[in-house]
Amino acid sequence: MPGTALTHPDYRGPNAFVRAELGWLPWLEPLAEADLTDRHRAGLVDPSRAKSPYFMLLAHDPDVLGARTRTDKDIFYNTSSGLPRADREIAATATSRVNGCIYCASVHARFATTHSKRGVDVDRLLDEGVGADLDPRWNAIATAAAALARTPSAFGATDIAALRQAGLDDTEIVDTILGSAFFNWANRLMLSLGEPVAVDA
Amino acid sequence: MAIADVIDLLAGIRPGSRLDRIRRERPDARAQSQESWRALFEPVHFGPVSVTERFAVAAFVAALGGEPAARLFYAGTLERLDPDLARTVAIVAEAGATTGPYGGYPQGPLSVEDRDGPSFAVPSPHRAALGRRLTAAFEHAHLLVFHPRDAAPASLQKLLDAGWTTPGIVTLSQLVAFLSFQIRVVAGLSALLAADATLAADAALAADAALAADAALAADAALAADAARTVEEPA
Repeated sequence: MPGTALTHPDYRGPNAFVRAELGWLPWLEPLAEADLTDRHRAGLVDPSRAKSPYFMLLAHDPDVLGARTRTDKDIFYNTSSGLPRADREIAATATSRVNGCIYCASVHARFATTHSKRGVDVDRLLDEGVGADLDPRWNAIATAAAALARTPSAFGATDIAALRQAGLDDTEIVDTILGSAFFNWANRLMLSLGEPVAVDA
Repeated sequence: MAIADVIDLLAGIRPGSRLDRIRRERPDARAQSQESWRALFEPVHFGPVSVTERFAVAAFVAALGGEPAARLFYAGTLERLDPDLARTVAIVAEAGATTGPYGGYPQGPLSVEDRDGPSFAVPSPHRAALGRRLTAAFEHAHLLVFHPRDAAPASLQKLLDAGWTTPGIVTLSQLVAFLSFQIRVVAGLSALLAADATLAADAALAADAALAADAALAADAALAADAARTVEEPA
């Protein structure tokens, strides 16, 4: 007997990119908290993630989830060198904008805003897309992220030259590549395993 | 025998080189990207997705992804596991080639950005060779690679109807999504290497020599892991 995908006909999803907080509803049954083994807990990395239907769904394959989460954290939170946090979040937001992940874009637009205090520019990236004229540095990062989001990737010498022109060194360019590439992973999970929903104020 | 780092291998990053040092400034990102690869392709528990299914989907996704080193690597690995299947996968991937991302948005202000593109179906002559599970997996993988914003509960229902379980779908989704990351890291780092002509010359030599040998290593390791599983869990 095949299982049945979950549907949520009573909920309405956002039809635009927004900076406001959104919810996310899974299309497959997440693990129940009571069913977590030590291996599942290790995969969740942060105990608080047991409250998230997204992470509890991914916990069905805990080893991959754990490695994914540790990859994510180092790419975005390790600021011992390289790109400032805000710029990494712009790469994540631009990638999500191109792929069409409204949920991911909202989360990382908020992070970008927190770290840059440039909510107006971040909103323009959400509203207008990666062609928005923000400033030379963010333009170069968003354009590079968009090129890397294409399949096959269109990222190349032109993007690298533009990033260098905007003042990025090679460590920062690698951070741009990693942050953008990672969201091609995250967007595909968020988009294909569930849907965003508006959270009532 | 395991591959130390698939991204370094495919991008042609040599130990001690400048890009190697830069990668090591994000030590967890580097190590855990490889750990993700191991968890998907050399897992302790293969669980509901067989080794051949994993490498067949990888060969398909890497062929669609258009990054030459990744395409060669995963095609070579599948070739070692199942040469007939590898030929089928190559033909099916050719039929699925397109460019992304495309797809629709919920009706509203974003509708002007809707971009049409193909919904891929494995051509009928190859559906029997792939079987129900892999046919459904390839069609879903194509959706994830090129137009993930078109995904819907019905997309997952097709997998469930073809015999995939929820844990199996999670692993399949992670595999395709991880490769979407890995292929782009390789593409990005390769482009950065190529931007410096001297480094590029070194890298190309290293990558060519190492690729064929390491595709074989990956296949051997996967086979060994699968054999071990068979011993542990008799059918």
